[in-house]
Amino acid sequence: MSEQKGYQLTHLQQLEAESIFIMREVAAQFGKPALLFSGGKDSIVMVRLAQKAFWPAKLPFPLVHVDTGHNFDETIQFRDDLANDVGGDLVVASVQEEIDAGRAKEETGPNPSRNRLQIPALLNAIEKNQYDACLGGARRDEEKARAKERFFSHRNSFGEWDPKNQRPELWNLFNGKMDFGEHFRIFPLSNWTEMDVWQYIKLEDIPLPSIYFSHEREFVRRNGVLLGKCEHITLLDGEQWESGNVRCRTVGDMTCTGMVESVANNVDDIIEEVAAARQTERGGRADDKRSETAMEDRKKEGYF
Amino acid sequence: MSTDTKGYLDMDLLRFTTAGSVDDGKSTLIGRLLYDCKSIFEDQWEAVEQSSKQRGDENVNLALLTDGLRSEREQGITIDVAYRYFATPKRKFIIADTPGHIQYTRNMVTGASTANLAIILIDARNGVIEQTCRHSFIASLLQIQHIVVCINKMDLVDWSEDRFNELVEQYKEFASRLDVPHIDFIPISALLGDNVVDRSKNMDWYKGSPLLYTLETVYIGNEHNHVDARFPVQWVIRPHSDEYHDFRGYAGRVAGGVFKPGDEITVLPSGFQSRIKGVHDIGGALEEAYAPMSVSLTLEDEIDISRGDMIVKQNNPPESSQQIEAMLVWFSSDASLVERGRYTIRHTTNEAKCLLKEMKYKVDINTLHKIEDDREVRLNDIARVSLQTSAPIHFDRYRRNRATGSFVLVDEQSNNTVAAGMIVG
Repeated sequence: MSEQKGYQLTHLQQLEAESIFIMREVAAQFGKPALLFSGGKDSIVMVRLAQKAFWPAKLPFPLVHVDTGHNFDETIQFRDDLANDVGGDLVVASVQEEIDAGRAKEETGPNPSRNRLQIPALLNAIEKNQYDACLGGARRDEEKARAKERFFSHRNSFGEWDPKNQRPELWNLFNGKMDFGEHFRIFPLSNWTEMDVWQYIKLEDIPLPSIYFSHEREFVRRNGVLLGKCEHITLLDGEQWESGNVRCRTVGDMTCTGMVESVANNVDDIIEEVAAARQTERGGRADDKRSETAMEDRKKEGYF
Repeated sequence: MSTDTKGYLDMDLLRFTTAGSVDDGKSTLIGRLLYDCKSIFEDQWEAVEQSSKQRGDENVNLALLTDGLRSEREQGITIDVAYRYFATPKRKFIIADTPGHIQYTRNMVTGASTANLAIILIDARNGVIEQTCRHSFIASLLQIQHIVVCINKMDLVDWSEDRFNELVEQYKEFASRLDVPHIDFIPISALLGDNVVDRSKNMDWYKGSPLLYTLETVYIGNEHNHVDARFPVQWVIRPHSDEYHDFRGYAGRVAGGVFKPGDEITVLPSGFQSRIKGVHDIGGALEEAYAPMSVSLTLEDEIDISRGDMIVKQNNPPESSQQIEAMLVWFSSDASLVERGRYTIRHTTNEAKCLLKEMKYKVDINTLHKIEDDREVRLNDIARVSLQTSAPIHFDRYRRNRATGSFVLVDEQSNNTVAAGMIVG
């Protein structure tokens, strides 16, 4: 990383050191951890940090991807390549299988979201594989319910989060003790902002899926959000497909990931764009717009 | 937010804490800092505007930016530590925003444990009140090195220099009993923005810096101990690969001092001695490592080392003892602290059983007086205690090193973190 001044670390070095510390705590405190990998930039940064934490050994946990079946093709390809590169095990939890097995029910409507359906798929994967800690790339600056999330976030045996009864976290001391059947969600990037993540991607020269960069795509404008054309989205009256240069600020399902009109096609341009942005990155997420506490409600049920 | 894409490589990080209730202007101050540093986005602002309207608030309620949980919004209070982020071209800031009422002492302590600086708000009309003392004492107890006292609502006392000076004296008198090396005083109006980001036009008599400039420039180079070399081992890296067949790296975060290849070290508790062969991160060998870097160390000799052990320099060991004197903050509402009670103590990466031998006295955090007649330690109480541990703990006093002088107690039945401790001897 960059030059230091005396015995002083830069903010990115401090964030990196903190995240690496958390990852090593997870390896040490838990029996069967897993890294939840979405294919988004945050989870790609997580993989880089994990490589740093355990170098020259391999990652002591598998990458677990909850595949909604509505992912961008680019995400899936990137996921497979990355898993291959780091030599990590890849476990795919399929939402389609949950639907086929009758444990989850598809939403209906013009953009049926499979966002909530990730919850049973994830919880089943945790139960089946007996993961006791799941590392996630969520950040506190993303959303107001996440602003109060702990690094070590306790989940009861139903996978539920109890925001009013969280364990205090002081200094560098993290308490991962739990009863059988419970688990933890761990968020090493808690203190990172969107800007920090992009700066780190630049500094470390981390490759990203192409959908983060400007490309030409057909899309529809819906509730102030641009949704990319795909088989899962049906046009409503008065809507029409448009075409233009767009890119994703976050990567989720095609049915809920809004794009922004942008010509930024490299990390420097994106950093400029993030610095000038007047909307939060989740501003384009239709899933957060469903109600004021949509994120908190999903998290309580076991969402990421 | 920084638009300078070159400068961010040199930015450092300041963590600060704010504590207070809705009416003392804390939320307004944070809202003002975030807003003026362009860290509130349009959609956040629109959401808060809309919620304020729905709730019937007259103005945009900036508290809704930080109070994110459903129950907080319903009750109009902050119940937890909320972390907020903003940056200027000079620094990145992390705010630990905590409620100020006495029933939230544990949240204030949590927020203060990682802070470099505390902002204390005083309402210029009310002066130093109980809450001011409480926040200041917690900052002092947690060894925060800088306090910035913001005398707020100066607009409501006619921007009076005399009133400001009077309050500075009032605070200094109280603060003489605290252990905080640097205290600054700034007259502000959070509502109108005076001396928050921009210099006030209403208070020419104030020659100091506005709050943001103070936050951007306050010296934080002495936050970590760079004298006493301490390396708590977190995890042992054994690659089992052909290329790194014999590699055995001790992974951890430097808790104090500087480690270099060639340094003569001792491993605690075994007492085995060796020499550092390499200091590593992913890129390979480093020249040195210091707090709070996360690295791995390799040694010249193959010795048995595992998680919880501490690597130190041979000529400068920490104290090692099974008897610990500490200030304890009690966190549990389900159970009180009991003498002869048994807990798990987590200290650095180490863990042991411990017995609460004696509760010596409690501290009244509003007056700093000792309480010796009330023997029960309940939620939010602060007490001086003696602990006995099942194995030696390798520590420095909290005053000397926050990383090796702090611990938490875990209840073995509930698995909850029930107390935080600062070692005094």
